[in-house]
Amino acid sequence: MAKLTYREAVRAAMREAMAADPRVFLMGEDVGRHGGAFAVSMGLLEEFGPERIRDTPLMESTFVGAGIGAAVGGMRPIVEVMTINFSLLALDQIVNTAAALRHMSGGQFSVPLVVRMASGGGRGLAAQHSHSLEGWFAHVPGIKVATPATVADAKGLLLAALADPDPVLVFEHATLYPLEGEDADDTPMALGRAAVRRAGEDVTLVAYGASVHKALAAAAALAAEEISAEVLDLRTLRPLDVEAIVSSVARTHRAVVVDEMWRTGSFAGEVAATIMEQAFDELDAPVARVASAEVPMPYAKPLEDAALPSAEQIAAAARALF
Amino acid sequence: MSLERPPPHRAALEREHAHELLRQMLLIRRFEERTEELYAAGKIRGFLHLYIGEEAIAVGAMQSLAEEDAIVATYREHGHALARGVPAGAVMAEMYGKANGCSRGRGGSMHMFDGSRRFYGGHAIVAGGIPFAVGLALADKMQGRRHVTACFFGEGAMAEGEFHESMNLAALWRLPVLFLCENNLYAISTPLAAQESEPELHLKAHAYRVPSEAVDGMDVYAVETAVARAAAAVRRGDGPYFLELRTYRFRGHSMGDPQRYRAKEEIAEWEKRGPIVQFVDRLRRDGLLDDATLAAIERDVADEVAWSVEEAEGGPWEPVEDLEKDVYTPADG
Amino acid sequence: MAEFLLPKLGADMSRGRLVEWVKKPGERIARGEVIAVIETDKANVEVEAFESGTLEKVLVEPGDEWLPVGTPLAVIGAAGAEAPAPSAGEKPARKPEAAVPAAAKPAPEAPRVPAVPPPKPKPPSKAPPPHAPAVPAPRAAEGTRLPASPVARRRAAELGVDLATLRGTGPDGRIVLADVESVAGAAVAKRPAGRPAPAAPLTAAEKAQEKRARMREAIAAAMARSKREIPHYYLGTTIDLTRAMAWLASYNAERPVTERMLYGVLLLKAVAAALREYPELNGFWTEGRAQLADSVHLGVAISLRGGGLVAPALHDADKLALPELMRRLQDLVTRARASSLRSSEMTDATVTVTSLGERGVEAVYGVIYPPQLALVGFGKVVTRPWVADGEVAPREVVTATLSADHRASDGHRGALFLDAVDRLLQEPEKL
Repeated sequence: MAKLTYREAVRAAMREAMAADPRVFLMGEDVGRHGGAFAVSMGLLEEFGPERIRDTPLMESTFVGAGIGAAVGGMRPIVEVMTINFSLLALDQIVNTAAALRHMSGGQFSVPLVVRMASGGGRGLAAQHSHSLEGWFAHVPGIKVATPATVADAKGLLLAALADPDPVLVFEHATLYPLEGEDADDTPMALGRAAVRRAGEDVTLVAYGASVHKALAAAAALAAEEISAEVLDLRTLRPLDVEAIVSSVARTHRAVVVDEMWRTGSFAGEVAATIMEQAFDELDAPVARVASAEVPMPYAKPLEDAALPSAEQIAAAARALF
Repeated sequence: MSLERPPPHRAALEREHAHELLRQMLLIRRFEERTEELYAAGKIRGFLHLYIGEEAIAVGAMQSLAEEDAIVATYREHGHALARGVPAGAVMAEMYGKANGCSRGRGGSMHMFDGSRRFYGGHAIVAGGIPFAVGLALADKMQGRRHVTACFFGEGAMAEGEFHESMNLAALWRLPVLFLCENNLYAISTPLAAQESEPELHLKAHAYRVPSEAVDGMDVYAVETAVARAAAAVRRGDGPYFLELRTYRFRGHSMGDPQRYRAKEEIAEWEKRGPIVQFVDRLRRDGLLDDATLAAIERDVADEVAWSVEEAEGGPWEPVEDLEKDVYTPADG
Repeated sequence: MAEFLLPKLGADMSRGRLVEWVKKPGERIARGEVIAVIETDKANVEVEAFESGTLEKVLVEPGDEWLPVGTPLAVIGAAGAEAPAPSAGEKPARKPEAAVPAAAKPAPEAPRVPAVPPPKPKPPSKAPPPHAPAVPAPRAAEGTRLPASPVARRRAAELGVDLATLRGTGPDGRIVLADVESVAGAAVAKRPAGRPAPAAPLTAAEKAQEKRARMREAIAAAMARSKREIPHYYLGTTIDLTRAMAWLASYNAERPVTERMLYGVLLLKAVAAALREYPELNGFWTEGRAQLADSVHLGVAISLRGGGLVAPALHDADKLALPELMRRLQDLVTRARASSLRSSEMTDATVTVTSLGERGVEAVYGVIYPPQLALVGFGKVVTRPWVADGEVAPREVVTATLSADHRASDGHRGALFLDAVDRLLQEPEKL
């Protein structure tokens, strides 16, 4: 299997989808001439032309809303929102229209829309470009939320999102774009399936997005201490693979949930509550959470590092369960 | 609604067409009067935003749009749904929350949808439907279809950013959107002068190089004619068009609005030149309407309203077991 | 005749106050005329009549009382009210009779608005929780709840272990799964992966039975199951340990006491290495077939002081160097006797090794620990006359036995396995 970067994998999925289906097009800020703020769509304008690679003015709400309308009108739009923080300008369209339309029309209209955005911290971009709010969106029935952590998933989950008849938001953790890995094989991926990234016996580390890699590092450290940690990558937050979470915890009896959201109201809380509800009698210790510190993202590196979950924090949280 | 119909100013001379316009306006009026009663009786719940006083706009506009055109409306959309041809029984059943409603009881008064008539709702976030309309138009343009997307909104929406973003994008990309502003002078309680630095709303379109007109929204013929002209330009591929349709709502914003923000005399003054009374007077003057015909139309409308209530009363509730249906598209479709 | 009901005037209106009657009894009312003023939570609202007629009787006088929506306020009589001529004025002047359905005169039913539910009576603060735990929570002297994890409680209930008899080894002394299982010992079989079906609620009879259940019963169940289900075959061989013991003596001679090795470690390592060659003895019988294990986790039978035994796992014994294996074994024995084994140690063993040599036994024919596939036994090391190179000489020997599941392997393979153990023990320096 060929090696490529996460960024190239996202681009490959878009190129593949656009080549296969004339209804697919990309719009967003600077996706054409500039090739995308994270260079994800580099070269696509030259390949597919300005009708299908559309640079929009700065109007998140309206270009997301237009994506919804275009989806209902028979197209398969991919809308790129530059970062997750900017998506808040489009929150109305995502929550009040994309998520609700099918239900409030009594099932008459589906919205096959894909919205991609960069999320997460760790790049010195401070308090308006660095957050993880995926759980806010995962709160909303009617939309689906994918958080690819690997190169193969960056491609496979985006293709799955494009094949889905309902609105799917794809959160690409910005620190992962340069990540190298193996390409996805040709098997179509399904939304709603978690994956065990490392098998273990003593504790389950539940994570998604970039946190998966931190959890893997923590698991390696724990192995040296004879604590065998399993790393479960959620891959999609909605639908959530509850069965995978419960079955892992039923084997290990302990869980640490890792999340880059702020701790209060984090998606980790949802996972912890699910474990408590569905696997209470399997628990040998309280479910632990490792999440971001309760502070808007600071700029200075030592502070930003301290604000984000780290492999050391994850390992320490796991250790404290024994 | 055929495009081959003679232009509206000649159609105005046609008795039959005039009677149809009157019938539709009266249907909306009597239908909504009935919903007031049913609301008071607890048959209809939630908000109820009446269109009474503004009927000429929906009726006149729909006359000049084609079946293939798309309609996007607001939460004050009973009139638009009826004028578009959504059966009164389906609209009333929706307000009852019954499964035979046009949105299967999931939407209610504010969210009427009918895909078979390209009636795309029913949007209750002010200005929220405008980007959606721009997207429908984008899909039409990208797929080479010469359709118009008619987007209704109130003047309150023009203070929202999404209105301006949408005007800009539609103009930039020359999208076939017909922007129809129903200016009824109040955003709930806030008068136009307290909303807009430029109360001549049609002038705002100039900033986006979008052609625009102000139209008497109390005159059904004027609306019909203006929409026909604007829709033709949009259909030609000239890009978007903006109409400011000046009107007045005779009822409160929603049920139970004490209307402390305006004088009864003001309402009475507008009622004197209401769209129906004005039209009836004109038709009588022109010899196009007599008492017997008017009585017959009223009877016809009363029957339709009564039938709509029967449909709603007799309609089934969707079973509670289906509560979570229609959140996602089922695997088979 | 129609009742004039307190109308619902807004989405959130569930009640209103009658402020004023604008019309008096006996007065004519036209539809659309203001009949009364109602106070809602938001404002005073003039209410129009939906019926034309005569205000026959008022049922409610203005006052401070809040009335629910739908309360009959007055009776309006038809009183021969004439329908005016059809007109298309803004106020509807005609009310077609056919258009007055029964629905317009609803019975004064409960308002449809989501009324605020009556507050639920609060349970007394000292009331017991609605679901008592399956096993009465053991209580410490002062009646405080014993700290124990949910899975430890559940497993204790399953095994009939009284939590009050345990010492918790988890954080803050919490009783954890390993504490329960180390006491239950051999009773604990490897559970299949995945979530077990939730336990059915216990009947009274089952609860009574559970109280009697102790470790003995658990062992009984496992062993009875083994003998009932597993077609055992048994093989034995005597192995010359002279070379191994000599090598061990020289190894230990160079080391301080704390680093010295027991001969049992050599036996364990030889078994683990031989199992790699004969994997059909290493694994589980589940779902009607042998599931061979990828790793060799040796279950080491350890007898407990209070009776009973446990067989915790030495993980990956085939990969560990001898000193490490020794260290792990010591640690395991210590913790087994201190009841602080880990859950994975209790459930992971892929094969069991037992030695009763210290008790003077020469050969062990053990019962396989289900769902494992085999058990290897060692007796004590004894000095026997032995024929080597055509001469009788005293040699140190041990009897190794194999109990194996005939569904998973045959005697021929079992024999080769024992032969491999023998061969490996002849070259202890390579172990």
